[in-house]
Amino acid sequence: MSVSIRGLEHAYGELRTLDGIDLEVPSRGAVGLVGPSGCGKSTLLELLCGLAEPSAGSVAIDGAAGAAQRLARSVYMPQRDLLLPWYSALDNAALAPRNRGRSRNEARHDAAALFERFGLAGFERARPDELSGGMRQRVAFLRTLVAGKPLLALDEPFAALDAITRGEMQEWLAGALREDPRTVVLVTHDVEEALYLCDRVAVLSPRPGRIVATLDSPTPRRADRVAAVTDPAFVAARDRALHILRQHTSAVP
Amino acid sequence: MRRWVLPPLLLAALAGIWQVAATNGTIADALGIEPFLVPSTSEVASALWESRGLLADNAWVTLREILLGFGCALVLGLGFAVAMRLSETLRLAAYPLVVASQTIPIIVIAPILVTWFGFGIVPKLLIVALICFFPIAVTTLDGLRSVDPAALKLMRTLDASRWQTFRRVEIPTALPASFSGAKVAVVIAPIGAVFAEWTGSSSGLGHLILQDNAQLEVAREFAAIVVLSAIALTLFAIVSVAERLIVTWR
Repeated sequence: MSVSIRGLEHAYGELRTLDGIDLEVPSRGAVGLVGPSGCGKSTLLELLCGLAEPSAGSVAIDGAAGAAQRLARSVYMPQRDLLLPWYSALDNAALAPRNRGRSRNEARHDAAALFERFGLAGFERARPDELSGGMRQRVAFLRTLVAGKPLLALDEPFAALDAITRGEMQEWLAGALREDPRTVVLVTHDVEEALYLCDRVAVLSPRPGRIVATLDSPTPRRADRVAAVTDPAFVAARDRALHILRQHTSAVP
Repeated sequence: MRRWVLPPLLLAALAGIWQVAATNGTIADALGIEPFLVPSTSEVASALWESRGLLADNAWVTLREILLGFGCALVLGLGFAVAMRLSETLRLAAYPLVVASQTIPIIVIAPILVTWFGFGIVPKLLIVALICFFPIAVTTLDGLRSVDPAALKLMRTLDASRWQTFRRVEIPTALPASFSGAKVAVVIAPIGAVFAEWTGSSSGLGHLILQDNAQLEVAREFAAIVVLSAIALTLFAIVSVAERLIVTWR
């Protein structure tokens, strides 16, 4: 399921958030979007997923450009885990199939298989407030996967975690994507995260966001994250991305 | 433990002080009235026991008014809050009127309701419902509107219909607020019932209080007040327990 973005513009009233975005994501490819805070990264994901409409230009998923079609083909994972405190971890993960009319037991069954696979077995009945930050994020991620959509739009999925947990989660997500490849658009302001998880990284300028550079990742989603991110080619790519980011944000004191 | 022991202890201490001050005439002297107008704790207790049949009969009348009125307010308050949440137009049009309606004192409306509906139970439950409606409707609407917009987006991307989002996200979000409203409503409901009985009735605790007051049956008047607040406390406890059973995630 490929993504094609052409001449995309977006504004909230007078405030222009995105300006002339062109981006192609091949089927089962992963593209990272990095940029300064407020450059419209999250808006771009909402446009992609049919949660908002562009002011100009087009977004199409496998050629389908209507908002309803985009909603049906993609799933948006917001920055916060947004687990519903009144549901168990399992019922949170099973939300999408429930919404699509599957019975509670069928939906739980769909989600339970993934609990095992992602090391959450035994926590199915736990309420969100009984889980650690990393586990909550994993449940939120499972909820996104269980939705069964071909395109995943991930909005800073690990921003709220501490550095060590974030590293572990990145490694875990890389593994999850190796096992179950989907088309991914990942928004982050962590250049290293983007380069580790994605095939390609687009750098956005401050608002209104434009793509100012695109870099290829040398070794996306390697099993050993520490080895991957200390690889000289990776370090060089990261330094280049950071340099570009700095160039474009230097106007801000 | 302390929160179950301390309130009864304080109550017992106050009852003890009142007993002494009423028996030795301190309160009557201070007020400059006859001592028989200030019943002691033990006199109230014996009035409670001796008139138990009379008190129970009248308490039942008042309890029915409270429960029916509160029930009506619950259904209407929740229904109105949901309707205002679903329709922005309705909310904009009706919400200011609902608030404005609260500025009309119930004291003014009550006699009119008696004129229209007579001395039966209808005006009583209407008055109870009128005063219970507002706290329930307003807290529920605020609860519904406090829903996280990000959670609504999440439900859309997870293929939820409007109704599913309402049921799975908005209702649970609003429940704690609704319960707060219901707790406020349930303790003011007895006040409404008593007031309704004062405007025109032939039975009920409010009616009994008014009669005893006229006949200087002060001890029994106090006993009726004790029964009335016991009713309010019990109802509050029931709503609190229901809240704990339903809102388990807090």
